[in-house]
Amino acid sequence: MNALYRLTVAETRLFLRDPISVLFGVLFPALLLLGLGSIPALREPADEFGGVPFVEAWAPAALALGLGILALQQIPVAVATYRERGVLRRMSTTPVHPGAMLAAQLLVALAAAVVAGALVLVSAWLVLDVPLPRQPLAFAASFVAGFGALLAVGVLVAAVAPSLRLATGLSTLAYVVAMFAGGVFLPAFLLPDALVRLSAYVPPGVQGLLRTWSGAAADAGTDPPLLLQVGIMAALAVVVGAAAARLFRWE
Amino acid sequence: MDVIEIRNLHKRYGTTTAVDDVSFTVGAGEVFGILGPNGAGKTTTVECLTGLRTPDRGELRVLGLDPRRDRDELRQRVGVQLQESRLPDRQTVGEAMELYRSFYRRPADGGRLLEMLGLADKRDTQYRRLSGGQKQRLAIALALVGSPAVAVLDELTTGLDPQARRDTWDLVEHVRDSGVTVVLVTHFMDEAERLCDRLALIDSGRVAAIDTPAGLVARVGAQQRVRFRPSVPLDERLLTDLPEVADLQHHGEQVVVTGTGTVLQAVTSVLALHHVVAHDLRVEQASLDDAYITLTGRRTA
Repeated sequence: MNALYRLTVAETRLFLRDPISVLFGVLFPALLLLGLGSIPALREPADEFGGVPFVEAWAPAALALGLGILALQQIPVAVATYRERGVLRRMSTTPVHPGAMLAAQLLVALAAAVVAGALVLVSAWLVLDVPLPRQPLAFAASFVAGFGALLAVGVLVAAVAPSLRLATGLSTLAYVVAMFAGGVFLPAFLLPDALVRLSAYVPPGVQGLLRTWSGAAADAGTDPPLLLQVGIMAALAVVVGAAAARLFRWE
Repeated sequence: MDVIEIRNLHKRYGTTTAVDDVSFTVGAGEVFGILGPNGAGKTTTVECLTGLRTPDRGELRVLGLDPRRDRDELRQRVGVQLQESRLPDRQTVGEAMELYRSFYRRPADGGRLLEMLGLADKRDTQYRRLSGGQKQRLAIALALVGSPAVAVLDELTTGLDPQARRDTWDLVEHVRDSGVTVVLVTHFMDEAERLCDRLALIDSGRVAAIDTPAGLVARVGAQQRVRFRPSVPLDERLLTDLPEVADLQHHGEQVVVTGTGTVLQAVTSVLALHHVVAHDLRVEQASLDDAYITLTGRRTA
């Protein structure tokens, strides 16, 4: 336990020393939302968004962009770097299994995601008058399950990519696919129906976040039940995570 | 007492046999060298030794432990420095030291270790800003941080400049003097000759010879070569008649006399007697290089 604690402290330091991961993983969603919120029209209620302003309807998507960077960029590249440079190999000569180092990285990513989420919630609430989540517990569950599923995909990419170069390429591809299929880049009313239906099940599950956050913006008629969405995210996290663990190579 | 015993180690990857048949023992307090060309099976041997790989056949004992069954205990007591294993770029020397100390039951004094390795003033320096020699010294420090009884050092000085190599050698001697048994993997002759009490010469996955550096040299013969440029033309028979001289050859102006025992004294006294001055006089003894080439039939790196 002592080793895991020390590793988590060490990984936290390393994360905070990397300006890119802090900027894009933690600060970026809130900055993006505030930037868009500086356009007056986007703060006006609009019918396309179920009677709420664009910033309220799109806030979960901004958060998803940051979560995606943490889970699908930061993690695969960090793990592939550790493997390629023999950091994991060195760990495997000590009494502590290199898995503890991976666990520490996942903990740090989760903490960064929570901070990124809190920054989005609070800045949207204070600056843009977006209410805090209507169903806080359900929102937290959607958030954790959705981010867990994203992390699992990130670790899977790290597990199968034979080199750092390929890990970087694959993780970028996974990021773009997840964000597009998850309905992050475009508002739902511009997307084909099939994609909207699919996007409910693409990590991190932007629709679930939106429903539990702002309610008013959700199109309750066509949405699948929330429990199903969260359940599928959790199942994805477990299944993909198990596959990643099976396929993982330490060197 | 033998600290390490390896008997008939065999390991293959797919169809390639990395280690065919390797056996040796290492006594407590020894610096034991594993020497051989690239791809001879040196690294695989130490990987099996440290429990990083499972051998296909053979018996291994390290400090009385089985590297496969007693991995956890082995890792507490054997420190390993592997080739090409780095640290995160932005981790500082002091942080790495503290982190790795926390992995062990009986950690060494981190400050003293850094002092000994000349890294005390680099404590707050990030890994990416260290020189090659400093990175290597930190790797040694991390191999010693658990107060190990055995330290395995793989390709310690590859890629270091000559000064850094010599500093690193001093350090290994220091480690030995502190009572740690050292297994040193290398393909450098000078390094093996300087540091090792005994050597295993490994070639194509087999042990070609095990001996002290001097013993290995003696195996290829105690012949000496005397080279010089005579000041006046020389009657060859003056030298070839000497019992110590086995062979004489001309290389342009140069004369090369090969012989045993006191061949140098015999040659120089004959030359002095006939008032011949030997310019550029040089004596060459068989070196570990010669032994290596003779025993493996290869050129050195």
